[in-house]
Amino acid sequence: MNWLELTSLMPLLLVASISVILLLLIAFVRDHKLTCWVTCIMFVMAAYWALTEMGNTEQQVTPLLIMDDFSRLLIGVVLLVSLACAWMSYAYLEAADEIREEYYVLLSLAALGACVLVASNHFASMFIGLELMSVSLFAMVGYMAHSKQQAHMTLEAGVKYMVLSGVSSSFLLFGVALIYAYAGNLNIDLVVSADGPRLHSGYLEIGAALLLVGVAFKMSWMPFHMWTPDVYQGAPAPVTSFLASAVKVAVFAFAMRWLMMAQGDYLTLLLLGLTIMAALSMVVGNLLALRQDNLKRLLGYSSIAHMGYVIITLAATATLGPDSISTALEGAAVYLITYASMTMLAFAVISQLASKDRRFESGTLIHYSGLLFQQPWLASALILAMLALAGMPLTAGFIGKYYLVLVAIESELWLLLSLLILGSALGLYYYLRVILVLCKTTVDDQPIDHGIMVFSGGEKLLLLLLVLATLWLGIYPTPVIEWVQLAIA
Amino acid sequence: MQLLGIIISLLGGGVLSLLVGRQSASASRWLSLVSLLVASMFYISLWLDSSDPLATSIWLQHANWLWIERFGIHVLLATDGLSLILIGLTLLLGYVALLSAWHEINHRCGLFYLNFLFTLAGVVGVFSALDLFLFFVFWEVMLVPMFLIIAIWGHEGRRYAATKFFIYTQASSLLMLAAMVGLVLLNQQQTGIFSFSWFRLIQTDTSGALGMWLMLGFYVAFLVKLPGLPVHSWLPDAHTQAPTPGSILLAGILLKTGAYGLLRFVWPLFPDAALTFAPFAMGLGVLSVLYGAKLAFAQDDLKRLIAYTSISHMGFISLGIFAWNHLSLQGTVMQMVGHGLSSAGLFAIAGLLQQRLHTRDLNQMGGLWGQLPKLSALTMLFAAAALGLPGLANFIGEFMILLGVFQVQPWAASLSALGMILAPVYALLILQKGFFGAPAQGQLEVLDLNSRELVMLGILALGLILLGFWPNLIFNISAAPVDYLLYLGKGG
Repeated sequence: MNWLELTSLMPLLLVASISVILLLLIAFVRDHKLTCWVTCIMFVMAAYWALTEMGNTEQQVTPLLIMDDFSRLLIGVVLLVSLACAWMSYAYLEAADEIREEYYVLLSLAALGACVLVASNHFASMFIGLELMSVSLFAMVGYMAHSKQQAHMTLEAGVKYMVLSGVSSSFLLFGVALIYAYAGNLNIDLVVSADGPRLHSGYLEIGAALLLVGVAFKMSWMPFHMWTPDVYQGAPAPVTSFLASAVKVAVFAFAMRWLMMAQGDYLTLLLLGLTIMAALSMVVGNLLALRQDNLKRLLGYSSIAHMGYVIITLAATATLGPDSISTALEGAAVYLITYASMTMLAFAVISQLASKDRRFESGTLIHYSGLLFQQPWLASALILAMLALAGMPLTAGFIGKYYLVLVAIESELWLLLSLLILGSALGLYYYLRVILVLCKTTVDDQPIDHGIMVFSGGEKLLLLLLVLATLWLGIYPTPVIEWVQLAIA
Repeated sequence: MQLLGIIISLLGGGVLSLLVGRQSASASRWLSLVSLLVASMFYISLWLDSSDPLATSIWLQHANWLWIERFGIHVLLATDGLSLILIGLTLLLGYVALLSAWHEINHRCGLFYLNFLFTLAGVVGVFSALDLFLFFVFWEVMLVPMFLIIAIWGHEGRRYAATKFFIYTQASSLLMLAAMVGLVLLNQQQTGIFSFSWFRLIQTDTSGALGMWLMLGFYVAFLVKLPGLPVHSWLPDAHTQAPTPGSILLAGILLKTGAYGLLRFVWPLFPDAALTFAPFAMGLGVLSVLYGAKLAFAQDDLKRLIAYTSISHMGFISLGIFAWNHLSLQGTVMQMVGHGLSSAGLFAIAGLLQQRLHTRDLNQMGGLWGQLPKLSALTMLFAAAALGLPGLANFIGEFMILLGVFQVQPWAASLSALGMILAPVYALLILQKGFFGAPAQGQLEVLDLNSRELVMLGILALGLILLGFWPNLIFNISAAPVDYLLYLGKGG
């Protein structure tokens, strides 16, 4: 490995070093604040490194990882999301009756897994990244196991996630094995062109289908979404935010890379599968969200729907072929960035409220009644997040949705376009429901009193940054669009 | 610059009223009045700036900044006479709604005036944006504050009504977004330029089958907002449940954005498709006229009754626009202004009655004339305007629309003229049930109009009479833009 390869791999090395540094640190001093600071600073450094490297030539580091601008951009996004996650975890864990410091080790490992996944152009590194991320997440989802209030929920979620994730990984692995049997190579780029031992081509098709199932599980595409609402609800709010954004970004980045390279007959099969999953996720995901009473569960279904929308860009990639996919790629990247910002905003609000009163995450929506008048800024941030998820202009969500409409029309995916419109219209109902609850003045004719909740400066700052990001992406997206164009050029 | 001034002073006033509203409710009221005054000053200077607005150029002002380079999206604001009239109406009804909110809105005043002024700013934006993307942004953005006004300060069924209002409008505007993007891509295919500018897009050749689909996307969004049959059902709920200032804004201005969209976008962008579709649209218009009037007749709730009359009057506007000739379009503009004033007046009166009697049920009113002579007399005036009495603005509008429509589709004109018979029925029903006869609630101690309320209703009444006798005040301004639109829409 030469010096150039090493520097371009630096973001990953920095993230990997977090876990080592933290373990050593914990061995000597147990200090929650210090641990959190170290994690956050390292995330910032790694993200800064990744984003400032953009524009440099792409670098293949060993056959496993490719550091091109696409990787750098999305690694930056993943790391910023992890930063926000670590930041909001501090207050949440402070309020918990739990050993706190090791959580950040797990978080940094999960972030590392996500980064590896983004940068992988080899099925082996993909699997390593995916498993590193998932295994860390099992523990994170079940982290509150000693808390009296949360133990049963969080354990149930953790076990459920572990078992189902394990099953999906085995599907994925089997798929990879079949592809290897067909191509004799695990490199994504070379699978098609390689002169492998050409077995029956059915190997490739079945392999690809199984691989898609594994991906679909992580993306919670219907019908592989079963775990999503339970795990979202049971996991601690900061962990849910990571599951809902960083994981999706990373897995989707891999799916994009894979489909960009894929050619030939089996694309038709994949396209069919993608279309069915998109249709189900958009419509059924939104339908199931309509009557949810727990905000995290509701956001779980909402994320199913959103991940269904973004399939449009994948389908466009598969339809248009590798020469004319630039808008589709651009749309996917912009959508993921906007989605990450608004999802993190929503979960940051939930996590901050839950750190004062756990009923905000485990209880029904009723607990949010009248919050607009008692915690106006916090509630306004949540309203902004809901409007963004609903796709209102001047928020991040609209730019994402606009891209999807553009991509769908350009590649003439009329079915998916009409389902996108239908799904968005359905989705309005439950986003508005949350807003209406926040605006309520009384519950059963009783005035509402949430008591006094004091938020620290750090919590307020995080919220402010996420609000600004969500608005900035909506009002003046040009810089981000230019970045993304640079990344896919 | 003045256009931006209007929008910014409204937005800024909204934010300031929110901030001072925590300390003092009355400060936020006065502050919103001041911001409306500032906006009006910008508006007046817009007039003064254009010394000869009618002859030389149709467009009074251009503001053009690059916004999102990737898609050629600009902040492109301009007005012609049509927009100018509608922005004027917006500001005027802004005052009326503000006066009606003065004592009705007592809790969370700061937040209310924030939403109130943001709605106005959004509407002004809709009337002046000529970049389709920007137009869409304003179109959506005016929804959220209105939604909150209904949801927080509305009456008993406010949550249901607010949600329904929002979903109807948003879902239909998604169709418009798709159509808009489709149009832009079509234009890009033809010219190679990716642009949302109205001035570019009107040159697109939209004569194919695709043009029809795209036109329908726009049409549905505007029809929902107008509203016309069969997508009208959000309106009675939203208007009934909104607080009085909200109803005034909804009926007075928000409905006009739908009509404006049909005038400004549907015909000029898709002349062929619109011409083919015109008979159907006019058929729906006729149905709206008759059905709205019929349903109005069956209501006991005063606000609901007025809401259904709006559907009926908006049917005339639909007819006028799709007849697409000079007479009918001039009539449409007049009808937009006339309906804005008269429906705002009627909703204001419904609000005043509810404050005094704590009911909107016509059956529980009766004999009010004896107790509230001033209010009753003004009600009579607004009801007369709604039924199309000569001498008031609405008569001119409806009459000219019918004349124009008769040249194109005599059957549509004949059928919708029946609406002129149904209108007196429901208008007089309000008077008969509410104001004549024996008092239903016994002798109530209620106060007649105070000076604030008198000013509020006086503005509207004066406007109606003025335009009823001197319709040229409007026609002179709107003639040139209407002819330009006709030229773009290839109509006669």
